[in-house]
Amino acid sequence: MSTNTVAAVRVPTGGLAHQARAALVVWQREMIRFGKDRTRIVSSLVQPLLFLFVLGVGLSSIVSAGNGSVGFTTFLFPGVLALSVLFTAAFSGISMVWDREFGFLREMLVAPVSTTAILTGKCFGGATVATLQSLILLALAGLVGVPYSPVLLLTLVGLLFLMAFMITALGLVLAARVKRVESAMPMVQLIITPLMFLSGALFPLSGLPTWLAVLTNLNPMTYAVAPMRTAVFDQLDVDALTRATLDPGIVWNGWAVPVAMQVAIVAASCVVLLAAAVARFTRTE
Amino acid sequence: MGEVSGPPAVQRPAVYLRGLVKRYQEVEAVRGIDLDVAPGETFGFLGPNGAGKSTTIKILCTLVAATSGTARVAGFDVATERDAVRQHIGLVFQEPTLDTYLTGEQNLRFHGELYGVDRSSAAARREEVLRMVGLWERRGDPVETYSGGMRRRLEIARGLLHSPRVLFLDEPTIGLDPQTRASIWDYLHELHRGEQITVFVTTHYMDEAENCDRIAIMNEGRIVALDTPGSLKAAVGHDRVQITTADDHAAIEALRDRFGLDAAVREGTVTMAVADGASFVPQLFAGLGTAIRSVTVTRPSLDDVFLAHTGSTIRDAEQPRGMANPVVAAMARGR
Ligand SMILES: Nc1ncnc2c1ncn2[C@@H]1O[C@H](COP(=O)(O)OP(=O)(O)OP(=O)(O)O)[C@@H](O)[C@H]1O
Ligand SMILES: [Mg+2]
Repeated sequence: MSTNTVAAVRVPTGGLAHQARAALVVWQREMIRFGKDRTRIVSSLVQPLLFLFVLGVGLSSIVSAGNGSVGFTTFLFPGVLALSVLFTAAFSGISMVWDREFGFLREMLVAPVSTTAILTGKCFGGATVATLQSLILLALAGLVGVPYSPVLLLTLVGLLFLMAFMITALGLVLAARVKRVESAMPMVQLIITPLMFLSGALFPLSGLPTWLAVLTNLNPMTYAVAPMRTAVFDQLDVDALTRATLDPGIVWNGWAVPVAMQVAIVAASCVVLLAAAVARFTRTE
Repeated sequence: MGEVSGPPAVQRPAVYLRGLVKRYQEVEAVRGIDLDVAPGETFGFLGPNGAGKSTTIKILCTLVAATSGTARVAGFDVATERDAVRQHIGLVFQEPTLDTYLTGEQNLRFHGELYGVDRSSAAARREEVLRMVGLWERRGDPVETYSGGMRRRLEIARGLLHSPRVLFLDEPTIGLDPQTRASIWDYLHELHRGEQITVFVTTHYMDEAENCDRIAIMNEGRIVALDTPGSLKAAVGHDRVQITTADDHAAIEALRDRFGLDAAVREGTVTMAVADGASFVPQLFAGLGTAIRSVTVTRPSLDDVFLAHTGSTIRDAEQPRGMANPVVAAMARGR
């Protein structure tokens, strides 16, 4: 071979197997850190539990759900699962700010692997952590009148995982621009609050004024909460009117968006947000 | 793994720079560097704060893009063959890049996976590098429990894990005690013998630069001198002679009148610069006429070299101008 071929040397990089290994080890790191951080596990459950049992029970006296066949806490349950995932996953994504602060981001970004592999690992890590955490809440289903049906539980876990992936990716998009650790937590609050209130997690989407309906329809989290609630209501024995009030699905200008499409929108959001995060991290440093 | 047949990479310069320029908005950090570092060489990069050392290393390891010029590492172009460059270099940055929640071994495992180190040999390689830096016994402890020196050693071990051809170390010994600094240099020498690795190291410490085969002195974005430490020192051409006498005043006068030397009292000693200190001392005893209590002859140090090329000592260069030690400055002018 002549020296001309030197530029074409194939080193063992760029191969899909290598990229997958890199993503896997980034995921493993998230698992190790999660396992070590018991206080984080406990503290991030407090908020959803307050929503479920304090807000839920407190409001059930004034909220007469339909003809009273469905408790308000039952209605709230899928929404609270989504909230727990929202808090944890947003934090996982934004934690990249700490990785930058302590230099570890540089260790990852100078490796001979793509930024996509690293951030994909990070998103799977955030999604796994958030989903594992929500399992604890899921175990409480019976307390609020949601049956322990295997199909329902599996469906919920799948949807929670998908949503957590999306929120982690969103956290990464923001983390790419936040350079200071002190700004990270306010930033988390800034995304969590509107996503939470405009998602239908805490109130039914039926009969909303137009401005609020439009905002909830623009929120990708809405498309994760609605299928979860539908899955729960499929297991309940409720009359049509109650169901239409509490589980109205998502309506675009009079057209009911099918559940499959709702899930597809969440999946598409995952891809778009991950791509945006990759673009942003590739440009910074 | 995917090595080529054909000309061994060893024939190509480990680091090749031509006309390298890096401009940050208003700052020109690197102002045109040409450099060849041979494979297997231990190359030192010396210069005061802000000289552009870290910037040059960041370009070489593909972390920042050069404004203009060519940079090749282990034969690969940093701009067009990014991943190939990354695969062949080990990095120890000026700032720490460890995950302190993970154990020492977990940090290395992470690195090995990220660099695609062959799984069958990964564990043995981890043990090898951990033993080399004396951290094998502490491998299971979280890095947050390590001292600064241990962290630095772990980073060096990590930089070596994937058997790089070129190891870049940006001030690997900063803030470490003399003993740890010495042991880090011991590892580097060992590497040099054992793995034929090219080491590219930046430092502020002149005494450390003596460990290098060649050194480049960088100042304000340019290389102002490049040679072996010995030749650089020889080029300065002056030894420093310091004496304590019974009567410093008389001694200074005698030195001026009888030897034609311009001496001055510095730090309690009469200090002068002469071409060959060792052969000058006997003449001094014979002809000074004042009792001499002690004599110190200092061969030129790299500090003097730095001074000769930049007009200030490396320490002074890091401070506001005009604070250079006058005697040393006089010696530098006398070349
Ligand atoms: N990201 C950046 N943006 C703007 N200017 C920068 C940036 N990085 C470095 N510089 C400037 O480039 C110049 C060279 O910096 P560099 O870090 O390369 O110096 P150095 O030789 O490594 O110094 P030190 O010994 O302090 O580490 C400095 O003037 C610095 O302010
Ligand atoms: Mg530096």
